[in-house]
Amino acid sequence: MSLGSTPLRYRISIDRERCMECERCIENCSYGVFRREGEKIMIDSRKCTACHRCLAMCPRDAIMLEEYPCDYRSHPVWTRQAREAIYNQAKTGKIILSGMGNALDYPIIFDRLVLDACQVTNPSIDPLREPMEVRTYLGKKPSRIEVKKKENGDVELVTELVPNLQAETPIMIGHMSYGAISLNAQLSMARAVAETGTFMGTGEGGLHERLYPYQNHMIVQIASGRFGVDIDYLERGSAIEIKIGQGAKPGIGGHLPGEKVCLDVSCTRMIPLGSDAISPAPHHDIYSIEDLAQLVRSLKEATEWKKPVFVKIAAVHNAAAIAAGIARSGADAIVLDGFKGGTGAAPRVFRDHVGIPIEAAVASVDAKLRGQGIRNEVSIIASGGIRESADVAKAIALGADAVYIGTAALVAMGCRVCGSCYRNLCPWGIATQQQNLVDRLDPDVASKQVANLINAWTLELAELMGAAGINSIESLRGNRDRLRGYMLDESLMSVLDVKQVGA
Amino acid sequence: MCGIIGVMDRRRQRMDGSAIKRALSMMNERGSGEGAGYVAYGVYPEYKDCYALHVFFDNTHETKRIVDTTLEQWGTIVHDERIPTYDQPGLRAIHIPWRYFFKPDPNRMSHSRSPEDDIVAQIVMRINTARKGALIYSSGKNVGVFKAAGWPEEVADFYRIEDYKGYIWLAHNRYPTNTPGWWGGAHPFNLLNWSVVHNGEITSYGTNRRHIESYGYQCTMFTDTEVVAYLFDHLVRKHGLDIDLAVRALAPPFWDDIDTMPEAREKLNRAIRLAYGPAMMNGPFAIVVANHDAMVGFTDRIKLRPLVVGECGDRLYISSEEAAIRAMEPNVERINMPPAGEPVIGRFVV
Ligand code: SF4
Ligand code: SF4
Repeated sequence: MSLGSTPLRYRISIDRERCMECERCIENCSYGVFRREGEKIMIDSRKCTACHRCLAMCPRDAIMLEEYPCDYRSHPVWTRQAREAIYNQAKTGKIILSGMGNALDYPIIFDRLVLDACQVTNPSIDPLREPMEVRTYLGKKPSRIEVKKKENGDVELVTELVPNLQAETPIMIGHMSYGAISLNAQLSMARAVAETGTFMGTGEGGLHERLYPYQNHMIVQIASGRFGVDIDYLERGSAIEIKIGQGAKPGIGGHLPGEKVCLDVSCTRMIPLGSDAISPAPHHDIYSIEDLAQLVRSLKEATEWKKPVFVKIAAVHNAAAIAAGIARSGADAIVLDGFKGGTGAAPRVFRDHVGIPIEAAVASVDAKLRGQGIRNEVSIIASGGIRESADVAKAIALGADAVYIGTAALVAMGCRVCGSCYRNLCPWGIATQQQNLVDRLDPDVASKQVANLINAWTLELAELMGAAGINSIESLRGNRDRLRGYMLDESLMSVLDVKQVGA
Repeated sequence: MCGIIGVMDRRRQRMDGSAIKRALSMMNERGSGEGAGYVAYGVYPEYKDCYALHVFFDNTHETKRIVDTTLEQWGTIVHDERIPTYDQPGLRAIHIPWRYFFKPDPNRMSHSRSPEDDIVAQIVMRINTARKGALIYSSGKNVGVFKAAGWPEEVADFYRIEDYKGYIWLAHNRYPTNTPGWWGGAHPFNLLNWSVVHNGEITSYGTNRRHIESYGYQCTMFTDTEVVAYLFDHLVRKHGLDIDLAVRALAPPFWDDIDTMPEAREKLNRAIRLAYGPAMMNGPFAIVVANHDAMVGFTDRIKLRPLVVGECGDRLYISSEEAAIRAMEPNVERINMPPAGEPVIGRFVV
């Protein structure tokens, strides 16, 4: 082969002094890095994805993993990634697939925004002593309310509220389908959101019957493939979400490889066993905003106007105008998925190069809706790249009502962001349908971990609010005065509408 | 810091400004000599059908023309004059206070439900955002704001506040912390018939401001208080809420309390919070707001600023300090401190 092989990415080694040859590394590595040959545990580092499963399971801490130091001729433009991608494609002639989120080194805007705290003139509020309200209602709000005075002087509400989701924290879990991830992973998260009073998305893979007990905390998704969608599914969800686009792959559909379509997945999705589940790029019935409005309406009609309908789009440069259209389509919430959003599988070129950061998308959508005087009538959910509670606070200060987390929830269950989710070999039992691997994830334990994460972030959010002298999430939402830009350029600060530090 | 005081006579008996001047000076501890002000309702009976526009001019040769032309474009100037002032040793007269008595022509805004108010509100926003050396800081009918950068007595003497009579007075002694002490930044803040005095800081200002600006109001004073006047105008005049419901929107009960209310009240409170969430105010504050129908005082939801209420005959007093009320009315009765977020509303009996 004229191109030969590319160098290793990672090098695994075993400290033979420490190793007790228990073979746990062999059992645990689903990528087949380890094998026994006679007396010895042998290693094939080429197969390693840095998923860390072996390190986590070795009882002797005997395993070492490092990025393989291999010098290409140093070159600022022709990086190792650029060259290796070309070798790969020259060999295969195919699109390069990847999992999880954007892997390019873009500056993270969240990290260049700092939050405010009170001093002297404005007391900070201690969340341990004072009530702190993080409860968030998602859905359509009336633009004004009408009341009527009764004869006895009582005031009676005339305006009818439409159904909203009541989340006890603005932190929700975004849509990751059964198929892309395992049932145990979904179950773990479902228990966690039920416990913490929040919500999670089903993804486009239908709703497995083992999730029915948690259906009051599930947002059912309708994507272009319409997998698993029937009236029963719609009625089970507490809200319905139409997925137009996804941050990791704006403008393209989805592809669940046939290997992941096991019997259970095929039943839940209502597709043949082992068949590739392909979601087309557009919905076959949505080619305009009017079409979207019709779908929103028919979903509401089908569920007797009892459920909020969300519409999710990938954050792209025109998101503000699109969102304004969505707001007028009758949708109750707009989900914006930024270009750092994760995925089970996406062409690498899309994942890394298409879309815009969530920070800018939220800021511009919020501004556009305010300009039209309709911001409070529709909710904004930000997702794609939320890594910690500070990101949550900043997203809300920029204008979001709530956030979806995705990767963070997986990491709470053990995911090491190795980026190989599309291979059905996830050693942590998350992004796989292989029963032996799925069994590695114990829903009792994992649900606790996810609930802990949500609780911990919610506590931190309350502390951040208290420090800023704010005791209710409504007063953080869109409060750009509580943010300052640090080392951000002026044009970006004007998009975000924040002042610079010191100002 | 900041000291606030308001008094109303429930039978619309007018009081001159000498007592409130005394009361405000009592709270000099709460000020820094960088701003004080008064507002009186019922102060221009001879022009009670006109909008009384008080304007700070940087100079009257160039900038007055802008205001004159704008007003003439939208209605009739019935009368205008320089507001009489009297030099005070400690007060640097930076602006020239002027007043117009103005009648807008409702036909110029025929699509509106309250065309005269809308015309005036719009003129105020326009002139104030243009920042061309003219600032309209008072724009109601039969109401006048008198304010400047100085100590309470100086400001009172500068305008000879005792020469004016009103049936509601609000006053404010300022200790500016987040913006420089300038004349426009002194309280009371006013829009149309709404006037506001405020002690504290509104940490939700960024949210409130972005909210109110999406309805065409422009925040131009560099300070958090002006947004309160606009929110009241928006909620009461535009959305038709009663004052007590407007206060409920600005300082709503906690969800835990709403959850346990009887059904009808629960629904009403939930609806107010959902519809007006971005109008809700956060942070430490005690506020007194007035218009021609009522005077209302309220604090933030955990009462991080003091507010004291007293009554004496037909008079209702609301202030940061009991001592200030007593300075006005030594025989005051029924002194009490309302709970956090609970509005104290004074209405006229005649
Ligand atoms: S898991 Fe650790 S101790 Fe066990 S065989 Fe592998 S390297 Fe050795
Ligand atoms: S889910 Fe599994 S395969 Fe995907 S990145 Fe995480 S650890 Fe790797």
